Amino acid sequence: MTTKNQETEETEVIEQPAKPVGLGVMGWLRWGWRTLTSMRTALILLFLFALGSVPGSIYPQRSVDPGRVAQYFKNSPTEAEWLDRLWMFDVFTSPWFAAIYLLLFLSLAGCVFPRAVVHFKELRKKPPAAPRNLNRLPQSASFEGDLTVEEAAAKLRRNRFRVVTGPDWVAAEKGYLRETGNLLFHVSLLMLLFAVGAGGLFGYRGNVLVVEGDGFANTVAAYDRFMPGPQVSAESLQPFSFTLKDFQATYVASGEKRGQPLDYSATLSVQDSPSSPPRDVELKVNEPLDVNGTLTYLIGHGYAPTFKVIDGKGNTAFEGSVPCLANDQATYTSECVIKAPDAEPDQLGFLMRFLPTTVPNGDAWVSIFPGAANPTVQVFPFAGDLGMKSGEPQSVYQLNTDKLRPLGKMSAQPKPLNVGDTLELANGAGKIQFTGVKEWISIQTAYDPGRLPALIAAVAAVLGLVLSLTVRRRRVWVRITDRQVAVGGLTRTEGGGATFAEEFAEIVTMLRGAAPSEPSAPSSEPEDRPEDASAPDREPVSPSNGSSEE
Amino acid sequence: MPPAQVNEGLAMLSDQLILVTVLLYLVAMIAYALELAFGRARTATATGTTAAAAVKNRQLVSVGAAGSDSSPAEAEGESSTTSVAPAGWAIKAGSVAVVVSWLGWAANLAGILTRGFAVDRWPWGNMYEFVVALCFAAVTVFLVLLTRQPIRFLGAFVTVAAALGLGFAVLFLHVQAGPVMPALNSYWIAIHVTAAVIAGGLFLVAGVCAILYLIRNDGRMSVLPSKEQLDRIAHRAIVISFPIWTFAVIAGALWADRAWGRYWGWDPKEVWSFITWIAYAAYLHARATAGWRGKAAMIISLVAFACLLFNLVGVNIFFSGLHSYADVPK
Ligand code: HEM
Repeated sequence: MTTKNQETEETEVIEQPAKPVGLGVMGWLRWGWRTLTSMRTALILLFLFALGSVPGSIYPQRSVDPGRVAQYFKNSPTEAEWLDRLWMFDVFTSPWFAAIYLLLFLSLAGCVFPRAVVHFKELRKKPPAAPRNLNRLPQSASFEGDLTVEEAAAKLRRNRFRVVTGPDWVAAEKGYLRETGNLLFHVSLLMLLFAVGAGGLFGYRGNVLVVEGDGFANTVAAYDRFMPGPQVSAESLQPFSFTLKDFQATYVASGEKRGQPLDYSATLSVQDSPSSPPRDVELKVNEPLDVNGTLTYLIGHGYAPTFKVIDGKGNTAFEGSVPCLANDQATYTSECVIKAPDAEPDQLGFLMRFLPTTVPNGDAWVSIFPGAANPTVQVFPFAGDLGMKSGEPQSVYQLNTDKLRPLGKMSAQPKPLNVGDTLELANGAGKIQFTGVKEWISIQTAYDPGRLPALIAAVAAVLGLVLSLTVRRRRVWVRITDRQVAVGGLTRTEGGGATFAEEFAEIVTMLRGAAPSEPSAPSSEPEDRPEDASAPDREPVSPSNGSSEE
Repeated sequence: MPPAQVNEGLAMLSDQLILVTVLLYLVAMIAYALELAFGRARTATATGTTAAAAVKNRQLVSVGAAGSDSSPAEAEGESSTTSVAPAGWAIKAGSVAVVVSWLGWAANLAGILTRGFAVDRWPWGNMYEFVVALCFAAVTVFLVLLTRQPIRFLGAFVTVAAALGLGFAVLFLHVQAGPVMPALNSYWIAIHVTAAVIAGGLFLVAGVCAILYLIRNDGRMSVLPSKEQLDRIAHRAIVISFPIWTFAVIAGALWADRAWGRYWGWDPKEVWSFITWIAYAAYLHARATAGWRGKAAMIISLVAFACLLFNLVGVNIFFSGLHSYADVPK
């Protein structure tokens, strides 16, 4: 009954595919597929994936910060052009990145599924029968005793081994969870790639700036910037809306950290759908608003002073708020622009500097605190052609002064206006009144159906990883002839030798039971397992360790 | 919203405790080094002889390998040269070193706690605090390992690394204790950064072992432990910290999903966490692969460690991204 040991050790890591024999197309295809799906290729692709993401951290990315990309083009146009040809500003959506990603995907799939089939078969297979000579195994021992095959089998079973017996031998194996974990990890990685892809296809993101008192309805047109996935239609947007009732920012008031923000909080009145009743929601950083899976985040804020502009003919040419962008986070000194294209006789434009907490500083005025304790505005008025007729889109934060002339004497530090103050413009061009201060928030909405699947996949991947790193696959055989008991064992996991040596010794002691007799057969460590010869591991996989058996 | 009030007295105490920590680690380092230089029997063979003997002694039943031609004596390491006898006082220095490093550890812990209480939040909201916590984690890893395994030889190197890290933090990264940005006011900081700190501490110990491994010259007399021991400790540390690191990255993604509106957006810190992760995965694969085990795997682990350090220091300094809360002093 003694069969030879059919150890077909699948190496954990790398099988080198054989070179194609002959020149047949099929041969090449088969070789190509095998090469692609080998673990080595997967590893190289994984490496490339990491390497490919490096430029994405070095160069500004259009999807993250288009402003800085534009800046790059302005500063070094030729270099930027070349970089752009290599998709360096769109690394994560570039064809070459996609190529790596897709090949990795294929490689993983091609490598995991055959392995899963093999493993599934293995799970149902019995441990192989005992080899003839147990002394040849990496671990072996022998002793004299009255152990019967049944007793040995029972003892091993109690240690959660899977056991088969023959007339004079016992074969036992445990640690199947290792390969299960390994497969789980790889399958989860595939799932993760899928989830990310699905999120990209069916999800969208949008940014918009909302001033206090204003509303927002979740439609494509309402966004300042809308980034839909290819499969998103305008109708599929969750039809919620809200009004920004109030925004509060709190800052450290004194000490070295003076001016550092402590808390942002926006109060919204939200309607989940046009027919549902409004509810008040507090929107904060780290606490997004969730309407049926569409999330709204508070990502920025600033000041929106309000003005009234009367033109040279006495008509109201502008009335309302203008959002200002902060130049400096510590003081919130901000800049904004008013364009009054309807003003007559000339179009009017204003550059403005908003100072939330103004103090005089020599001949100048500066802001010393980001909160609006003493808000003022310095106004730089212009008249002429705003250049809006050409049809070219203009930024609302920039004033094109090419065809404009300054009104009155331009000073770098005009006397600031307090709330309620009016500035009479030179040459009877009109006047501008600073009527009040509001704040704005910028929000991002995001819908990503892949979020939850991605999380589940990631958690499963970690679980699989831990299993495949901690569980060792190991086999133990016992052969009993007369009163001679021979025990042999091996671990099918690279690097598990040292710990297994300990466990093996424990198993042998357990099998011997109480009857101590001197061990025979002194033997040495196999030289190809250096860690066997090193200090004892104190992390024995104890036989009672439930996690190491399915 | 946390109170903006900072307890200045406690904050100052924390700064002083960290200075005390540096001093204690340096004293411990010297004591470890003395023991290392004069207190150990020097060995010239590659097999950790004493350790191998220890295995033998612990085993009740001898364990065999057929097909191995090596004589038992060779495996037992009896052929190794033990020509320099250890000096008695130097062995005492080793015990002193352990006591002093526990004291340093306690001062380090107290420094972290007082800072936390001074600002009434988790004390790892900026780069200074993060590096202090990282050094603490590394020393903790070492001291805990020390209670279970004979690895005192690592002491000099771990304490010097921790002292250097702390010194760097105190000199170049220190910022006054204070509240953090609103984005960091979240329980996620406890989860995400704590995991990153623990993983970082383990990686640091592994990194120390890897450097020693590459310095260690086989065949010559050396006070350094054997390559096998170093390899094993490094591997053990990385096997434990790799899943923790993975968890830290996933927790980061979960936090990003709450704070930034996406769970993954290739922010520089995200890119480099990912690269670090791949590099350590490569190490684990390499070590499990016949031709790569040993020096090559160790070099990969050092590359991975370099990625980790770059992520911690370089990314905060060179790149601007959403992670720029790090509050690096200008
Ligand atoms: C996918 C998302 C994220 C990833 C992959 C990630 C990754 C990391 C990593 C690897 C570290 C370790 C320390 C280092 O090497 O510098 C770290 C630290 C840190 N992370 Fe994240 N993180 C993510 C999201 C977030 C979010 C959303 C926040 C806060 C809003 C955050 C705040 C921090 C802080 C405060 C530290 C402490 C270290 C420092 O200040 O540099 N992380 N992150």
